[in-house]
Amino acid sequence: MSLVRLAPRIILLLLVVGFLASPESFDFVFRPLVQANAPAIYNQGDLAALTLLHVRMVFIATLFATIIAVALAILVTRPFGAEFLPLARTVVNIGQTFPPVAVLALAVPAMGFGNGPTLVALFLYALLPIFENTMTALTTVPPNITDAAKGNGMTPIQIFRQIELPLSLPMIVGGIKISTVIGFGTATIGSTVAAKTLGEVIIAGLQSNNLAFILQGALLVAALAILVFDLLSMAERSLMKWKAA
Amino acid sequence: MHKGRGLEKTGVLMAALILVSTFLLPFIVVKPNRILEGQGQMLIDALPSVSSIALAAALVIVGLCLLLRLPASARLAIVTAALLAVILALGSAANAGLPPGNSYARVSPGSGFWLLLFALSLAFIDVIAKLKLSPTVRLMLLLIAIVAVGGIFASGILADISVMKEYANRADAFWAEMSRHAMLALGSMLVAFLIGLPLGVVCHRVSWLRAAALNMLNILQTIPSIALFGLLILPLGWMAAHIPGAAAIGISGIGTAPAFVALVLYSLLPVVANTVAGLENVPREANDAARGAGMTDLQRLFSIEFPLTFPSLLAAIRIVLIQNIGMATIAALIGGGGMGVFVFQGLGQSAMDLVLLGALPTVAMSFVAAIVLDALVDFSKAPGSEVRPA
Repeated sequence: MSLVRLAPRIILLLLVVGFLASPESFDFVFRPLVQANAPAIYNQGDLAALTLLHVRMVFIATLFATIIAVALAILVTRPFGAEFLPLARTVVNIGQTFPPVAVLALAVPAMGFGNGPTLVALFLYALLPIFENTMTALTTVPPNITDAAKGNGMTPIQIFRQIELPLSLPMIVGGIKISTVIGFGTATIGSTVAAKTLGEVIIAGLQSNNLAFILQGALLVAALAILVFDLLSMAERSLMKWKAA
Repeated sequence: MHKGRGLEKTGVLMAALILVSTFLLPFIVVKPNRILEGQGQMLIDALPSVSSIALAAALVIVGLCLLLRLPASARLAIVTAALLAVILALGSAANAGLPPGNSYARVSPGSGFWLLLFALSLAFIDVIAKLKLSPTVRLMLLLIAIVAVGGIFASGILADISVMKEYANRADAFWAEMSRHAMLALGSMLVAFLIGLPLGVVCHRVSWLRAAALNMLNILQTIPSIALFGLLILPLGWMAAHIPGAAAIGISGIGTAPAFVALVLYSLLPVVANTVAGLENVPREANDAARGAGMTDLQRLFSIEFPLTFPSLLAAIRIVLIQNIGMATIAALIGGGGMGVFVFQGLGQSAMDLVLLGALPTVAMSFVAAIVLDALVDFSKAPGSEVRPA
């Protein structure tokens, strides 16, 4: 990838790291947004620590979702699980209509306030795109390729490991990418049920009418989502090249 | 595959869920008041002995039936009957579980009930998916389901359930917030189309603008919803204070206005992206023929391009409406109203029944929107309804 295209992302990354390392140096940026005696930089916790917690929460949820979703997608595309395929399609379709706040709120009675409900909601929302993409990728592997492999005497496991999985990888990564970006936003809403994420900064801003806080939380979440999106897009592209080769 | 032989594999999963929820999980939870933790009761203990044994036995039989490869219509009948029985049982269990004369005690549905509902809904969905119904029949079924659910609520069978007690205490507010929620979701979609359609047409024709606009709208989507709601407080507050007449038409820093604008902004990406994609898929020959017939650009847009883009626009409506119904819940955080009012009030008071009162209708609204729009998308794709350029 050319340096010209990469440059804005590197600048964005440097800005995020610089801001987290020393938020106070950015005081002048946010000062005009607040009333004279209000703090311009989030002062109710460590921004860097919250950012790490936010990223960790999205990472853990997406990791587990990837494992489960890919395993389920593999299962329903094998002869053994073929009967589950139409059901799985419909459930995924319906699952995507569940509003995030409803899922969060409904998880609270079972898990109490805190990180639990948010992890569950993130996990559930991450499942769907990964499952859908993996399932689509596995069911659209050109049959002439698998037939040729069968003709060459490859076992189903060999066909899966050497042909189906590698051909599906870019789309699986594409699903992970969608899930991660959605996850960064949903983790923010998690703070309404007391999850430790950057949503805390935004909610603190809403409660104290401090626009600078809201903006800091929003910009950090957006920047993280954009950076991770780009990173995974790069992975997707190099996998495509590798697949084409 | 041996069709018609052996067990229904999906049925094994559903039967297992039904057995676990019937015999191992609490069907109802009896609480001393609306906030305190309650005591779970199994289905067997929750109803008078005869009816509880009858229901448990019936559920076991339903589970066994799901294992067999029965005709789809028989499965549909069995599952529908089971769903109704479970809901009626919940009503009478709540009635039986309430200590007489104690107006503070509450009965909530327990995990067993929810899992049972989930398993039976799964079976229901499975049958419906296998029947491959036409969009018209699906819409009819939806209508019947809405009438049935409405009838159940209107009959008062479930009146002793804690959620319904929360509802009874604030019925007026419930319907007011419900219509506000629907107005937020639908109104913002309408405005997004008024802005997004022309923008999509321009983006389709001016390629440098397309990349720029879609990039910007993509970045907008990464801004978390609660933050965007908050960030709009300042510009809208400024408008209300400085632009004459702005406050009079309801623009203000907090409340519905910033929520509405935020929903419009989030809706723009699907609208613009789908308009562009739809226009790109219009066959070149159709446009060439129209040009050859002497149509102006504008005539071509309205009589050729828009009709052919219709399925893609319907898909955008589906995305936007479901996204908006979900996000409108968050509007309550900035005083924008909607079902989120009950969700966040409930979370604040640790009154989970109040949370349910806000969350369940939101889920239901999303469902109905998804089913209706899926049917409409199928209609627009159905052979014969396609607009074929002459």
